Amino acid sequence: MIYNKKDFISTQDLTKEQIDYILNQAMSFREINQREVKKVPVLKGRTIVNLFFEASTRTRTSFEIAGKRLGADVINISTSTSSTQKGETLMDTVKNIEAMASDIVVIRHSYSGSVKFVADNVEAHIVNAGDGLNEHPTQCMLDLLTIKLQKGRLEGLNVTIIGDITHSRVARSNIWAMKTYGMNVTLFAPPTMLPVGIEAFGVNIAKNIEEAVANADVIIMLRIQRERMAKLLIPSEREYSKLFGLTPAVMQKAKSDVMVMHPGPINRGVELSSVVADSANSAILDQVENGVAVRMAVLSFLAMLK
Amino acid sequence: MEKEKILINSAEMHAIIERMTFQIIEKVTDYDNTYIVGIRRRGEYIANRITDSICRHNKRPLKSGILDITLYRDDLSEIANMPEVKSSDIGFDVNGKTIILVDDVLFTGRTIRSAIDALLDYGRPAKILLAVIVDRGHKELPIHADFTGKHIPTRKSEVIHVKVKEIDNVDDDCVTISDREA
Repeated sequence: MIYNKKDFISTQDLTKEQIDYILNQAMSFREINQREVKKVPVLKGRTIVNLFFEASTRTRTSFEIAGKRLGADVINISTSTSSTQKGETLMDTVKNIEAMASDIVVIRHSYSGSVKFVADNVEAHIVNAGDGLNEHPTQCMLDLLTIKLQKGRLEGLNVTIIGDITHSRVARSNIWAMKTYGMNVTLFAPPTMLPVGIEAFGVNIAKNIEEAVANADVIIMLRIQRERMAKLLIPSEREYSKLFGLTPAVMQKAKSDVMVMHPGPINRGVELSSVVADSANSAILDQVENGVAVRMAVLSFLAMLK
Repeated sequence: MEKEKILINSAEMHAIIERMTFQIIEKVTDYDNTYIVGIRRRGEYIANRITDSICRHNKRPLKSGILDITLYRDDLSEIANMPEVKSSDIGFDVNGKTIILVDDVLFTGRTIRSAIDALLDYGRPAKILLAVIVDRGHKELPIHADFTGKHIPTRKSEVIHVKVKEIDNVDDDCVTISDREA
């Protein structure tokens, strides 16, 4: 596999071959997570810093576990305990972390493009763990891995993404990679949550939820992001839930073997009913499990880049 | 590049596997607690040949597993890119077991060192033995094989290639020698 960048920032410019490589590596790493001794020495002596400027449990823990299982030393820094509280800039924070000979810095930040900006100005390998509304590439990789493991393939599958597309970095990363794979992507959302000109991505827009789920092999539900002012875009959560929520009644209209995914955290009863979230169709915890393997794959190949 | 020459043809190869099979049968006493573990990739196929052969001669099959040692290599920082990792398949509890590691060529001993480390991460085997088709010399670590198909003295620049029909595009298993590209 040829990868001529030093960072992992975006799925937009990933080739099919590169995604294939990451997914294959991740499949091999899954075996390590099932062992009694979950540790291999491949990143022994390397230092990984998790720099999270936004709240996160899943992604941060997942990166931390991934790094530790590869034998690296992992340090976590979150905004509340960092010097950004005292007014230090993002660049200064990262430069200081790099000065302590860190090999990989995993960054989540609320500004779109901030992670790329940092990556272009430092030597360390930078991994994007979510930048504003832009991208969340490792989430996309774990979504693809979860689908591939269950459906046996990616090409030609019908994927429906429902929810706040405008504010979703998960949606953007997924749409780009899924189009690379020749998957059919359908979106469904209140008009206020659909970016203008989204058709340019080569996606279909469903008119109602029945149409959205009818042919889907996979349904990805997105969270109503209260912190990104999503409440201003919809009349009420109750109404949203009625028209855009995935409920057992809506599931009746979908294929019996449809996979239901959600990047988490779930607002139970808003975008996803508890019955569906805990049903046999739900692959939400598989996503979390695969997240560790995918991050092991990304961290290991970045660390080995020359 | 010097032309590739066949060192061990397929008939000799079969004879070697037969002989190693008998040596292993002689040594194995407890079939329930002995496992054959092939090192990816070619060791995996050689291990299959040996298990099949044991089964034919002894009617008592030895259980087996596969070990991928990519993540345990000591030269990862020296090679250009992260090589492809395949998963190991050690579907048994290694604690207290006798394990016969199988590889194609014993050269520097570094692969075997990695394999031993990888195995020890699964638990504490009672004993680890090593079976190889070719021992070509030039060891860099104090590692020896318990079952050796053939000792072949070589120059360090030469390449010994154990070819198996599954992946090497040959009609039957054989061993070849060639000179490293200048």
